[in-house]
Amino acid sequence: MNEIIEIIGAVITLIGAIFLFLGALGLVRMPDVYNRIQTGTKATTLGTMLTLVGIGIIHLDWYGKILVLIVFVLVSNPISSHVLAGAAHYIGIPLSKRSVVDKMSKKPVLTVKKQTNITETSEKEETKQN
Amino acid sequence: MKIKNIIVAFFLLLATWFLLNGKYDLTTLGIGIMLSLFISLVFCGKCEIFSEMNFSPKGILYFFTYIFVSLGELIKSNFDVARRVVSPSLPINPGIVEVETKLKSKLGRMILANSITLTPGTLTVKVEGDTFFIHCINVEHTDIEGATKDIVKKFEKYLEVIYG
Repeated sequence: MNEIIEIIGAVITLIGAIFLFLGALGLVRMPDVYNRIQTGTKATTLGTMLTLVGIGIIHLDWYGKILVLIVFVLVSNPISSHVLAGAAHYIGIPLSKRSVVDKMSKKPVLTVKKQTNITETSEKEETKQN
Repeated sequence: MKIKNIIVAFFLLLATWFLLNGKYDLTTLGIGIMLSLFISLVFCGKCEIFSEMNFSPKGILYFFTYIFVSLGELIKSNFDVARRVVSPSLPINPGIVEVETKLKSKLGRMILANSITLTPGTLTVKVEGDTFFIHCINVEHTDIEGATKDIVKKFEKYLEVIYG
């Protein structure tokens, strides 16, 4: 009986690992930052969840900690990718040429007062590099 | 409505405490109640996150339905993205669209933005008041109404009941 449970857990962990691999493949194949963040969020969320569930099936007494971990991944993963994408658009990284529409660039993206400071420091850095 | 806020935070913290401990005896319960009460009284008295939630039976029923709906969407989104990554021609049609939400509460909006990021090929890039800017891996409608109907509506009907 124990062996069967271990095999089921191992198979679920393997499926999770496959999803994590697909996420990594997407990072290489996608054309721009935003699409890379997409694959990095989606495939890795389910991959991490399945890996944790597989471990939880093998070690049944860890289920509480694994449940807390899954909730943490589900809450923190979208927030971090949202902030990364917002920051990428804020500093003006362009979308790939295959993109259809960009509603955000019509409005002024830079609204923070420190805008001038940022450009000044970046100019200073550029002059240093030169 | 600070009492409601403190009570919800207390039970959330207590549940997390028990899940992390894995033991259900009297000592654990005592320490957990003391710690949860202390933390929720000190830190959750001023914030007003949970006071917007609706705890009627209908709200609780919609809450659990919402969890299952979003889990289903999560699995669908993973297969969708995996299919696009594996296929040799890379069938993507990306772009950033604009959608509008009717939700008023902060926590509701946060959960809606999170769910949008977890659904098939959509990623919330920016939130400005009622407007969400969403990067889609496959754009179908570029106008606000069509994109809102595509992306937001399936979650909004549950979140509207839960967060009033």
